[in-house]
Amino acid sequence: MTLHAEGVSRSAGGHLILDGVDLALRPGHTTGVLGPNGSGKSTLLRLLAGLLSPACGLVTLDGYPLGELRRRAVARRVAVVEQQADTQVELTVADVVGLGRVPHRRPWTPGSPDDEQAVRTALEQAGLTGHAERAWHTLSGGERQRVQIARALAQQPRELLLDEPTNHLDIQHQLDLLALVAALPLTTVVALHDLNLAAMYCDDLLVLGRGRVVARGTPDEVLTEELIAQVYRVRADVTPSGPEGRPHIRFLGTLPPPRPAEGERRVG
Amino acid sequence: MSHGIRPATRGGLLWGAGLAVLCASIALTVTIGPASIGVGDVWSTIAARLGWGTSDLTRLREEIVWNLRLPRVLLAAVCGAGLAVCGAVMQSLLRNPLADPFVLGVSSGASTGAVVVVVLGAGGGALSVSGGAFLGAVCSFALVLLLSHTLGGTPDRVVLSGVAAMQLFSALTSFVVMTGADAETTRGVLFWLLGSLGGAGWTDVWLCLAVLLAVLVVCLGYCRTLDAFAFGQDAAASLGVSVARTRLVLLCATALLTGALVSTAGAIGFVGLVLPHAARALTGPGHGRLLPACALTGAVFLVWADTLARTVLDPQEVPVGVVTSLVGVPAFVLVLYRTRRGVRSAS
Repeated sequence: MTLHAEGVSRSAGGHLILDGVDLALRPGHTTGVLGPNGSGKSTLLRLLAGLLSPACGLVTLDGYPLGELRRRAVARRVAVVEQQADTQVELTVADVVGLGRVPHRRPWTPGSPDDEQAVRTALEQAGLTGHAERAWHTLSGGERQRVQIARALAQQPRELLLDEPTNHLDIQHQLDLLALVAALPLTTVVALHDLNLAAMYCDDLLVLGRGRVVARGTPDEVLTEELIAQVYRVRADVTPSGPEGRPHIRFLGTLPPPRPAEGERRVG
Repeated sequence: MSHGIRPATRGGLLWGAGLAVLCASIALTVTIGPASIGVGDVWSTIAARLGWGTSDLTRLREEIVWNLRLPRVLLAAVCGAGLAVCGAVMQSLLRNPLADPFVLGVSSGASTGAVVVVVLGAGGGALSVSGGAFLGAVCSFALVLLLSHTLGGTPDRVVLSGVAAMQLFSALTSFVVMTGADAETTRGVLFWLLGSLGGAGWTDVWLCLAVLLAVLVVCLGYCRTLDAFAFGQDAAASLGVSVARTRLVLLCATALLTGALVSTAGAIGFVGLVLPHAARALTGPGHGRLLPACALTGAVFLVWADTLARTVLDPQEVPVGVVTSLVGVPAFVLVLYRTRRGVRSAS
């Protein structure tokens, strides 16, 4: 049992952002959420994290509605890594990773050996051993994301939600980061823009278009030339030439905008 | 400056040293003043009053120590500690390095309340100056909460609402003083507005100390929650923090403490803004260490600032708020300069 969304909808400013989305996760697998800008990826992740509550529908964790669980209890199960986190506070890597222990600690009690152990393990898993005393503001973008993942791991979650974690990273760090995430023994949901990265590292994919589910399945089921044309309005050439025979997408150009009635959202 | 995991013994040593400095400061500053009194006299008076022995001091000198100097110095310590803790909590909670007890408008509301009582005689004698000040503080804070909630309740809205309330109540204070007060009252009011610990009695000390300790215990219970705000309120929420409840509890606690302090000692500026930054340079950003450090450094700072205020132009007294700003600004600049790498990376 894990996170489960049933027919969730959410609107903002009079616009329907998500419209009846279902999502069932496979425990221990990595699910990629794809879709153009404004398709509702971030909103879906925030609903799954319990940071927003759905206007209709239900998000459950092990069968219990998220809204009925205590925030602290949810944070011990579900960890979130944002697109880009920053702070003005002068923190070290160990301080930031230590924040992951917040949901595990009771007020007026000192930290326990468990906390220190969890921080050490998280640093190790994220490949940051030896960096504990470095200052946050001296880290590169890739290192910061790694630290945020280590912080999430220090929460000792079973579900990990990442919202476009590879934005602003160079290609080596993108691959590093997603390889790290995919290798974790957690039930992971990651919102992504890059279709090739999604093909390489995700077990399952969910494609959103204007707040609705357009497709779901394994990468080779979902990432087809037709779907890319339909959702992104881009011509592409898809071949099974990626690692382990996964689909590889070569982009050929944009397609003309759809008929005016559909009113494609301008991106940029 | 190093952060992170530190041996507990070192922390213990730091607190021991801090407490020792505070006690020594209190003992020393009590001896400073027109009547010459030694540290030994202070101890024998305190011991005699607590029933641990007899003092060989004259009755008058004992009175000076016990009823004039000691309450004043202790009140200075409590006010310094309280204002610094309030500042630290608000800076973290609102993610704004400029937040301090004045930003919530509490101080200016208190000033207006006091002025209305002094100048207009509101309450017909039933309401003391500090009573009026406390009412003013509560009204102003309620206004700020209401306004910021209507505007969306985000941290920047709270700060903006506080600034608006501050301006409004400052204007009201000026208006009341200009239209209703004679020259003598104006002088007295001005003195109070800049902060004064003169006339402190034991009741003031106990009352403020009780509020300080209660608020400190609450804030320490929230210290890891405050740490979680480092990356913003969404990040805090994803770490299991109930953001709205935390903000309400801590804003109310700090407003209560500020109200109590300002209604007793006037609007002493600068301590709440600056001391948290200085304390952060000493302990790092973790609130479990930062809040006690703020309390200690704030207490020591204001004890000495008030001693300066009452001795530098003796027999005249300078409002302590003037001293805190004159001494504090250079210290502030120094602290900011020494921690500038953090600021640079954020720009």
